[in-house]
Amino acid sequence: MSAEIVTSERAEGSVLLDHAVGLHARPSVKLTQLAKTFKARIELALSEVGPWIDAKSIVKVMATKAPKDTILHFRAEGVDASIAVAALIGLVQRDFEDGR
Amino acid sequence: MKRNVGIVIVSHSPDVARGTADMVRQMVGEKVPLAWCGGDPGGGLGTSVEAIAAAIQHAWSDKGVAILVDLGGAETNSEMAVEMLPDGRRERVVVCNAPIVEGAVMAATEASAGSSLDEVRRTAEEMRPA
Repeated sequence: MSAEIVTSERAEGSVLLDHAVGLHARPSVKLTQLAKTFKARIELALSEVGPWIDAKSIVKVMATKAPKDTILHFRAEGVDASIAVAALIGLVQRDFEDGR
Repeated sequence: MKRNVGIVIVSHSPDVARGTADMVRQMVGEKVPLAWCGGDPGGGLGTSVEAIAAAIQHAWSDKGVAILVDLGGAETNSEMAVEMLPDGRRERVVVCNAPIVEGAVMAATEASAGSSLDEVRRTAEEMRPA
């Protein structure tokens, strides 16, 4: 028996934005750059009911102007959705690797 | 690894051009070919076609080059520098209609992900005032 399996998946997760200045220019660039390394469609919202924006769009991510202590919600759909959401949450938790 | 789209920054002021390039390097990193030019050959404010042509050459990538400019002459001189490029290169250089600092950071971020010249330009131009 052979069947082609479309391995698309959905994933979601949220994380507290603890970065001192919030989602400003440099963190926005890092988040977008990381999002663009995945195949999945990835969206970001500041509330679990949206509005959802494209996490791969630097202009839209920067325009969120999310302040410190915002909860960032991610959702993704595609072959690598789970690792994409985990990676983005990790980036926020590691404070965008500032001072690297 | 295939190179990413290059970014050229053209301002009337060398300080503005250098400062914009510094912001791109610090925020976006080293993955994007980058060059800047500004000032006239006499040391005053202005732009020069030769300097722009040299900057395009410096930031050259087979995927193309996006130019960010400030005012009037920076745009017309950039267009002139593009006109002077040989066939095969001319059509792979665009002058973006975007604010120079914000546009450069946005364009470079897009370029750093391996995006096409057209995608890089569109991202920079999303920054245009409504």
